[in-house]
Amino acid sequence: MTDFFTFIRDHADKLLEQTLTHIGLTFVSLLLALLIGVPLGILISRRTKLASSVLGVAGVLQTVPSVALLGFLIPLLGIGVGPALVALFLYALLPIIRNTYVGITEVSPFVKEAAKGVGMTDNQILTKVELPLALPVIFAGVRTATVINVGVATLAAYVAAGGLGEFIFSGIALSNVNMMLAGAIPAALLAVGFDFGLARLQRLSVKKLRIGALAFLILVPFLSAFYLLPGREDKLIAGFAHEFYGRADGYPGLQKTYGLQVRPRLIDQNLMYEAIHQGQVDIISGYSTDGRIKAFDLLVLADNRHAFPPYGAAPVVRQATLNRYPDFGPTLDKLAGKLTDSVMTALNYQADYKKEAPEAIAREFLKQAGLYKTPKPGERTETVVMGSKVFTEQYILAEIYRQLIEGQTPLRVVTKTGLGGTQICFDALRTGAIDFYPEYTGTGLLVILQPSASTLQHLPMQSDSVYQFVRQQFQEKYKLDWLKPLGFNNSYCLMMRREQAKQLGIQSIADLVKYLGEK
Amino acid sequence: MIEIQNLTKRFESHTAVDGVSLNVGSGETLVLLGTSGCGKTTTLKMINRLIEPTSGSIRVANVDVRQQPGPELRRQIGYVIQDGGLFPHYTVAEAIATVPKLLGWEPSEIQKRTHELIDKLQLPKSVLNRYPSELSGGQRQRVGLARALAAKPPVVLMDEPFGALDPFTRRHVRRELFGLNELKETTVVLVTHDVSEALELADRIALMDKGRIVQIGPPAELVKQPANDFVRDFLDDKPRRLHD
Repeated sequence: MTDFFTFIRDHADKLLEQTLTHIGLTFVSLLLALLIGVPLGILISRRTKLASSVLGVAGVLQTVPSVALLGFLIPLLGIGVGPALVALFLYALLPIIRNTYVGITEVSPFVKEAAKGVGMTDNQILTKVELPLALPVIFAGVRTATVINVGVATLAAYVAAGGLGEFIFSGIALSNVNMMLAGAIPAALLAVGFDFGLARLQRLSVKKLRIGALAFLILVPFLSAFYLLPGREDKLIAGFAHEFYGRADGYPGLQKTYGLQVRPRLIDQNLMYEAIHQGQVDIISGYSTDGRIKAFDLLVLADNRHAFPPYGAAPVVRQATLNRYPDFGPTLDKLAGKLTDSVMTALNYQADYKKEAPEAIAREFLKQAGLYKTPKPGERTETVVMGSKVFTEQYILAEIYRQLIEGQTPLRVVTKTGLGGTQICFDALRTGAIDFYPEYTGTGLLVILQPSASTLQHLPMQSDSVYQFVRQQFQEKYKLDWLKPLGFNNSYCLMMRREQAKQLGIQSIADLVKYLGEK
Repeated sequence: MIEIQNLTKRFESHTAVDGVSLNVGSGETLVLLGTSGCGKTTTLKMINRLIEPTSGSIRVANVDVRQQPGPELRRQIGYVIQDGGLFPHYTVAEAIATVPKLLGWEPSEIQKRTHELIDKLQLPKSVLNRYPSELSGGQRQRVGLARALAAKPPVVLMDEPFGALDPFTRRHVRRELFGLNELKETTVVLVTHDVSEALELADRIALMDKGRIVQIGPPAELVKQPANDFVRDFLDDKPRRLHD
């Protein structure tokens, strides 16, 4: 619990900004929904034939799951405030239209007749009688809409629109409970607080309610203005994945090593590339061998001071397997150094963008590297089991290994692809459920070995030193062997659009920091 | 004051009012009497154009009602309905000020008139800031009447004005209200199904059935010289023993 308060204290600025953004998002969309929903509710109370279709459409919009709704909106509106506001607006619409409609149609027919009988025009009946009497019901709708919006606004963090969802999703990505709670508790308090406040307002007497409603209407644009408050913009806009933003070897590492200071927008990591491609952000975090780097012509900024730990790929094999099949290790080592960053990026690109099958990509690669051999026919009695994690690069690597081993040795390869995350692969390897899988040095270091802070401080963050360290530790602790590195380094990186980077003369992170520092 | 000629109202399924003609003199109180569904309320509502007639004409103070817009017409004609027809969100003072405000009176004038009416209707000043839900049934009825009379209309229409009151209060309130000078000078058309109410208040009664006027005349005439059995039966509503 003290950790939690420490976290809050350390991140008070960010928390305040997120809370204000959250309130702003909620009320801007509520304001839009009021401006559209109340007139629409009045219209359908006049033309009841329209009522069922209007309420039907609003009802369907309401039932679309929020993540799916964002999914529909991103292709239309890109990322950022646009889709978030539109989604929130659509969710707020139904309660407001419905309650305006119900509130007006439920005014007693006697009262409506009396209003007409004393000589009020239709407009006067609406403004002097129907709307004031419908006000408590309309308010109940506003209350529902507000509470829904406070909840849905957390999803704005998926699309770089900010809000308390940033802490929640970063917290989930990092398994950081304090961070999660730092977002979740204020979001819950906001919902409860607004609900309580509006409930109080709703219970006011007729006359006070009119004053309260007026005050609320004045307050809404004011609260909406919170959204515009954090106005300072960087020269270049950064969009970071939630995990990157929070992980010690991500953005905090950059701050420490380079003194980089930006106000990043947090965004789902799969939407990031689209965002930089469309120019909504200028700098993104990512992985250095992602196929999208090639697809979108991005430039990976050089990390000369090694802020990002190296994530060199190499097969990790059980010692027992190496002992049993003496040919096995040397066969795997034939790939050593053959897969450089650019080669691996190209292979990923072929899979992700050209939609080529990993099997074909692997065969083509092996042929060009001169390592492809047609498997000898005949019964294969000896078997090795290979694992892989669930993403494109690992599927391609698995296919390369399978074809390499079956071409060069009489072994049969059974592949267990789709073993989920690091921990599952590693456990499978240790228990002997698999014989080997491709792993990354940085992951071995930070996820599996998790050395103490002091050990880390003395370990130079360079490919060689990290590789030697994990190799030695794995051998001692687990009797697992890291074979020779494949050559590429799939580490965290910062990237920019190549064209813009060239224009600004930025090639490395140091260049970037220098550029941002210039007035 | 009111001249109705050949007034007919057909709804899709039936004819509610069928060729009604009648005149109401200035300061007269005419009661439209009849069972529910006889067309009396429809007739009343056509006078202030809450319902538009199918054919026939209505003139109020020598002007055809269709020559002016509905809202403007209705501001010249007082209108009282069951339980006062008060707006739940208007205080008594606001209720009485409704029509004068619509007509654009000065606030001081409105206030003067409000106090005058409160006095005449024997309502305590303390009710001015109360809402209808805080009033008794009789008080609500008086406020409803005060609202109708506020702008001193020459004609007041009443649709079952005492319908929501218990019999005792009803007798009491109506005696009191119809004793007002203010109302004596006004032309009143009142709709009721209550025979004793009609006999007590009317200068003339128009007894209606199936959309037509069966007999029209002063109460005594209807009682003493009923036009037919229907009129006799309708007026003779004193409780009788069974098998009598």
